[in-house]
Amino acid sequence: MKAPTDYAHLEDQFQARIDAEEKIEPKDWMPDKYRKTLIRQISQHAHSEIVGMLPEGNWITRAPSLRRKVALLAKVQDEAGHGLYLYGAAETLGAERDDLLDELHTGNAKYSSIFNYPTLSWADIGAIGWLVDGAAIMNQVPLCRCSYGPYARAMVRVCKEESFHQRQGYEIMLTLARGTEAQKKMAQDALNRWWWPSLMMFGPNDAASKHTAQSMAWKIKRFTNDELRQRFVDITAPQAEFLGLTIPDEHLKYNEETGHYDFGPINWDEFWQVVSGEGPCNRQRLKARRRAHEEGQWVRDAALAHAEKRRQRQAAKNNQKVA
Amino acid sequence: MSEKKNWPLWEIFIRSKNGLNHKHVGSLHAADAEMAIENARDVYTRRMEGVSIWVVESEHITASSPNQSESLFDPANDKVYRHPTFYNLPDEVKHM
Repeated sequence: MKAPTDYAHLEDQFQARIDAEEKIEPKDWMPDKYRKTLIRQISQHAHSEIVGMLPEGNWITRAPSLRRKVALLAKVQDEAGHGLYLYGAAETLGAERDDLLDELHTGNAKYSSIFNYPTLSWADIGAIGWLVDGAAIMNQVPLCRCSYGPYARAMVRVCKEESFHQRQGYEIMLTLARGTEAQKKMAQDALNRWWWPSLMMFGPNDAASKHTAQSMAWKIKRFTNDELRQRFVDITAPQAEFLGLTIPDEHLKYNEETGHYDFGPINWDEFWQVVSGEGPCNRQRLKARRRAHEEGQWVRDAALAHAEKRRQRQAAKNNQKVA
Repeated sequence: MSEKKNWPLWEIFIRSKNGLNHKHVGSLHAADAEMAIENARDVYTRRMEGVSIWVVESEHITASSPNQSESLFDPANDKVYRHPTFYNLPDEVKHM
């Protein structure tokens, strides 16, 4: 057991390394709270990737062309890959994969609340790629410089792959927006439903965000929620205009003075309601996750049994050779 | 339910093209080495990132500890004579 003064000294040294932009690697000393914060954030991020496969998977069999179908399949497969990179990064901090999944399946761990909204039409796949992946990229690009090495490296891979996701989504929106009246309406309806939840993806306002200050000091986070949200609105508003679609916010207006778009108030009651499990699809998503996990148990067991049998067979063969 | 037994963790190394080293890219779980290679193919080489894969069970890796880094790496700090710039030569001498 270390004396408290030693701990304070170690913490100072640790902060000095962070301030000098040094990366922290798995076996380095780190404060318990840094480790816990990272495990929480990385595993939530991993859960979001995995649960994020569900709303999109809903449309794979009904994609309107083979081109769209292979793209959507590849995208959903990417999300699985991203979840795996991230679980891997969380495990370098001493977390066990099974415990992380338990946390998800029991509802103790959070995932991005955006995935608790339903995908009602094909245009939703376009809106998700454009807006949801767009917001995710905005959040994730600064994470490539996060102070924890394995997380930063995972994010580099994720960001490289996400840009295809956003482009395929925008292409879907563009096709619909330039299509028939009914298609254009479908695109507008998807934008109407996904716009506000996308803005909520950046999390509570800075004043209400309890983790922000410490995470910024540790250089896990590089920008605040509100900074990133503003950047997203600034980039996305002209993209909507190009599509000829209307963002469902009567207050949205370019502000010559600030050089940014002003936008209306976010319905935080809705946000907290969805976070606390009362969104349109929370139960459905968790049920699908749990079912997939439980129904896969025999496969995981069988693979282990098979591997063990082969190991024993090989060992017996080796023994024979020796004899 | 089965007793809680998990697939072991494997570290994955990928050679991105011939002529380059295998490089550590991350880890994953698999029941055995063969499955680790198959999973690594799906997880780490979806966009032609590799031509060869090595997998090794994480528990078989012995790593140096950050606490040792002084004793391991510091002795090299004061051995600047191992670097070419330590030696003073006149500018007229070319190609050296």
